[in-house]
Amino acid sequence: MSATPELIKINIDGRDIAVPRGTNVIEASRLLGIDVPHYCYHPKLPVVGNCRMCLVEMGLPAVDPATKTPVIDPATGRQKINWMPRPQIGCGTNAIPGLHIRTTTQMVKDARAGVMEFLLINHPLDCPICDQAGECKLQEQATSYGRGYSRYIEDKNVKPKRTQLGPRVMLDDERCILCSRCVRFSKEVAKDDVLGFIDRGSYSTLTCYPGKELANNYSLNTVDICPVGALTSTDFRFKMRVWFLKQTNSIDTESSVGANTVVWSREGQIYRITPRRNDEVNDTWMSDSGRDLYKQVRAENRLSSPAPLADLIAQAKALLASGGVALVASARSTVAEQYLAKKIADHLKIPADSRHVPAHLAKGDGLLISADRTPNTRGALVTGLIDTLPSEKLTQLAAGIDAGKIKTVLVINEDLSLHGLAPEQLARVDIIHIGTHASATSAAAKVVIPSHTVFEKNGTFINQQFRLQQFNAAVPGHVGTHNDATILSGLLAALGGHDFEGKSNAIWSRLTEETPELAGLAHGNIPETGHLIDAARFSHHAFPETEGLHYKPAK
Amino acid sequence: MSAPAQTRIIFKHIDEPSYTNDLACYQRHGGYEILRRAVKRPPAELIDEVKKSGLRGRGGAGFPCGVKWGLVDRKSGKPIYLIVNADESEPGTFKDRYIIHQDPHQLLEGTLISCFANNVKQAYIYIRGEMPEGARILERAIAEARAANLVGPNILGTGYSCEIYVHRGAGAYICGEETGLIESLEGKRAHPRIKPPYFPAVLGLYQCPTIVNNVETLCHVKHIIERGGEAYAKIGTPNNTGTRIYCVSGHVQRPGYYEFECGKITLGQLLNDVCGGPLPGRTFKAVIPGGSSAKVLRYDETFTLKNKDGSTRSLAAADIPLDFDTLAACGTMGGSGGIIVMDDSVNMVEALANINAFYSHESCGQCTPCREGSLWMKRISSRMVHGMARAEDAALLKSVADQIPGRTICAMGEACSWPTQSFVQKFQDEFVSYHTTKKTRPADALQLV
Repeated sequence: MSATPELIKINIDGRDIAVPRGTNVIEASRLLGIDVPHYCYHPKLPVVGNCRMCLVEMGLPAVDPATKTPVIDPATGRQKINWMPRPQIGCGTNAIPGLHIRTTTQMVKDARAGVMEFLLINHPLDCPICDQAGECKLQEQATSYGRGYSRYIEDKNVKPKRTQLGPRVMLDDERCILCSRCVRFSKEVAKDDVLGFIDRGSYSTLTCYPGKELANNYSLNTVDICPVGALTSTDFRFKMRVWFLKQTNSIDTESSVGANTVVWSREGQIYRITPRRNDEVNDTWMSDSGRDLYKQVRAENRLSSPAPLADLIAQAKALLASGGVALVASARSTVAEQYLAKKIADHLKIPADSRHVPAHLAKGDGLLISADRTPNTRGALVTGLIDTLPSEKLTQLAAGIDAGKIKTVLVINEDLSLHGLAPEQLARVDIIHIGTHASATSAAAKVVIPSHTVFEKNGTFINQQFRLQQFNAAVPGHVGTHNDATILSGLLAALGGHDFEGKSNAIWSRLTEETPELAGLAHGNIPETGHLIDAARFSHHAFPETEGLHYKPAK
Repeated sequence: MSAPAQTRIIFKHIDEPSYTNDLACYQRHGGYEILRRAVKRPPAELIDEVKKSGLRGRGGAGFPCGVKWGLVDRKSGKPIYLIVNADESEPGTFKDRYIIHQDPHQLLEGTLISCFANNVKQAYIYIRGEMPEGARILERAIAEARAANLVGPNILGTGYSCEIYVHRGAGAYICGEETGLIESLEGKRAHPRIKPPYFPAVLGLYQCPTIVNNVETLCHVKHIIERGGEAYAKIGTPNNTGTRIYCVSGHVQRPGYYEFECGKITLGQLLNDVCGGPLPGRTFKAVIPGGSSAKVLRYDETFTLKNKDGSTRSLAAADIPLDFDTLAACGTMGGSGGIIVMDDSVNMVEALANINAFYSHESCGQCTPCREGSLWMKRISSRMVHGMARAEDAALLKSVADQIPGRTICAMGEACSWPTQSFVQKFQDEFVSYHTTKKTRPADALQLV
């Protein structure tokens, strides 16, 4: 972390405000609730100042050049302000002591109206068939700052309407306002410099370099940051008007980064996932692969069962009664689910060497997908479900099965066949499988209790930074599935353990009482940006993650 | 009052029959003697001479050269680069190419002196793509100078080393804008940079402090060091020192390039006495005094100018002394020295359509007002000359042009809008009544660009 930045006083539209030195005028105005319209500026991209929409009037206190003393305006008794004759760009104007800005003067209004008009003359104005409608900066700012009529009678530019830039991104060049956000994102953030302009002037055309395509796993961020309808997602386009969609905060479960997301749904169906800004975790970005995860909700291999949950729990209880039980819990489960799994293991007196959480490891991409491909390994440690880092192969479990020591395996959200267990070994034990999708494990299981995906339940994950992050249910549970916490707390009660009656508040308050890192933390007190918990107790673990965005492994 | 005689300093040997552009000829005429003397002096002293000379940049903006050098960040520890701006692209301007073609060593000597004065070890000559011959000549001149130990390591045994490279542009007007030029030199599209923070003197080529000077400006440096800054400042008029090369094109009897002391000749003297006046049976109608982006003057116009004591004086266009300050006071600029003369045969709407076609073609497309505005103005003026003018077009043209200058990243915003602003303002009748007088495009009209 950098040192606390120096606060300096500036004045915007007559109001004083203290901001860190160097804050640009757009951001400083935002703090005062003043809108400085812009297109090319993006808080997480280099400033280029090309759209000219954020022009503001700028002035500095007058100082007598001879005496170096402030010049006082006799009319006001305050220091005189020398206003610059030309408007300046807000994005490229950084706060220095005494900076004065005006955003409401005629000069500023004229400048904005002029830029708006210029942006629209060659724009196709095909809003009725444009996917961006409803979240289009051009539309919004034309309404707020434009003239409201057109003086343009010439022919408009004709450019390519459907260019497939890559597998997931479609480009309409006529709508493009050449702000270069996508170009800068690809180059500076995704480090995949494939986009650029060809031709010149108003004929400039966005395109991929010859022989290249926009195919990196972050390509859809260009769609998010495109202020107009030029870049659209091939997955989402023409599916739904955005104003019909409900937004639910969620977390990307692909890896321990825990990118913050918004799930967009309507009538129980998810249409898209976009990133949610968190400057400490994912800035404003997320992976393309993470956006595809909603498809698991209605996947063909989704597990479901018409049987009442009580019956399924009773069957599971019967199997567990026979002894020789091993638990395979998951780092994909929420903190509360992991806590319940631990409670069940404790109640059944499953020895530590029969409690497993398999690891899912792959190479990190250095940005928003880490080496740990589960969202909640830290949760398993914090809740005490495990006390050593998980490994990929369940060799101990395999040995236990081979030795005849393990007779029953309770598997939560995992597929044993992916972790070194052979089909014969699965066949030798009674498996109770709590999970979302069909797998070799569910096929071999005696009891299958279908559960919820991350999009159908509430919960928390603890990411690689030990940041506790909350997510909410975007859509109701799939037919024939049950909430994981309900399943687990029901099973715990059926086994004779504590009965939480399936109440998440009761589970959470007991969990926080028993977990020092979470002590006193109410669900409602977890900020949207997450809550960093004390990681001291776990600092000795050699976590697999390597450096990524906002994450540096401890040395 | 008849015109003064030319004072040829920069163009001393241009078009001299026996003068060739090789090193031997240059040295026979005393070439590189000034460099030999300069490298024995402390660099700061040389900068001081340039400051004292009052030399103003000859590329268009007329920014004082000494001040520009003074802004260079010399504390960063980064190398300082010097770029020779030989991207002479402003329509109506043809001076640098003659220096390069006929006297390249003069440019090299001026460049080397400037490099030595500013502790520059690497200089680039960014030459316009359309001047392949000039690039070849410069390459040969640099090779000759290198062979004579005037360029390269340990110049003249002083321990000072300086390399000069020629870089050819690809034919874009915007590469004459210094930050666009720098981007292009770095191998990128010539999109000018925002200032702040990218002032070349601090964050220029490869984010290092960089000096960008025009060809003619650097040639002047040689003569400043030869004479001394104070002596040089006596040439021309106060604040408009030295000589200027005027490139006269268009409707005069003897178009061409002429070098005079800055401000010592008036527009009327230059056009009538030096260039032989209008073509037979014609009268002067309009003059663009500083390259096509400068605001046009009516030849019959009279200006009211303020004197220093607050009183006013009136000045006819023909009596304007061709310096930086008076032209600026008259609402236009000396610019690059390209003087475009139009007589009464010219249809001003067509002339503007032609200029607009050029600027819309050359807008880099980076920032909105210039990108969209230049093309819009072109389309309006082009439509007008094709028989589809409307009564409201004059006002629309002016209004579109007014939305551009002062709101763009670089000076191209001014360059593309000033012609329209001034043409419509000064020849308003022609524009306003165009829809009634020129309903169709005349059959013999020249093809528009």
